[in-house]
Amino acid sequence: MARLVYFAWVRERIGKGEEEIALPASVRTGADLIAHLKTLGEEYAHALEHGDVIRIAIDQEHVEHDEPIAGAREIALFPPMTGG
Amino acid sequence: MITVRVGPEDFDVAAETARLTAGRADIGAVVAFTGLCRNEDGRLSGLELEHYPGMAEAEIYRICGEAVARFSLTAVTAIHRVGRIAPGENIVLVLAAAPHRHAAFDGASFVMDYLKTSAPFWKKEHFTDGSAGGWVEAKDSDDRARDKWS
Repeated sequence: MARLVYFAWVRERIGKGEEEIALPASVRTGADLIAHLKTLGEEYAHALEHGDVIRIAIDQEHVEHDEPIAGAREIALFPPMTGG
Repeated sequence: MITVRVGPEDFDVAAETARLTAGRADIGAVVAFTGLCRNEDGRLSGLELEHYPGMAEAEIYRICGEAVARFSLTAVTAIHRVGRIAPGENIVLVLAAAPHRHAAFDGASFVMDYLKTSAPFWKKEHFTDGSAGGWVEAKDSDDRARDKWS
């Protein structure tokens, strides 16, 4: 099981802030994860429509989309940041 | 010395500056940057600041650490508010202290440029006409401001 957390419009479009889901073994990287989630329903497809703009953090650290997700305790998906 | 705080509470620039410099005689310059909420010509009733608890603090701390190392800062304070913020209210404070002014100016600027592009915060707009505003879009100009440091 993987613990996923979502923020801002990714969270709103998916309709939840966090969830635990079982991932198939073929999901190895952040990009694989986004591609897999898009198959889970319209809300995921809408939230992750432009998958390349989605930012990924593993265990609260920014990673690139090709980063392996094996062993991650928490994977976060969110839009580009707009703080400050 | 790095101080990072994320929360709904407002901050007092003078009090934070006094805390930063208390008991020290090696600080010759403190630069304070305060970011405030604009009303966008009266259209905006406020901002809603969302953050990733834990990572937001850690990321700001990491950025401040880089600034301390790069500009030999004596101390840095970074405070970022979250939740609902009305026009005219404070959003963010960065204090950079150094022996001399150039390091303090550069340090504050560096922290803000990285904070805007890599600390996990998101702004949602609320409008005075009651309409549900959208999420603020990230700006390319912010990425360019950050990239000038690399």
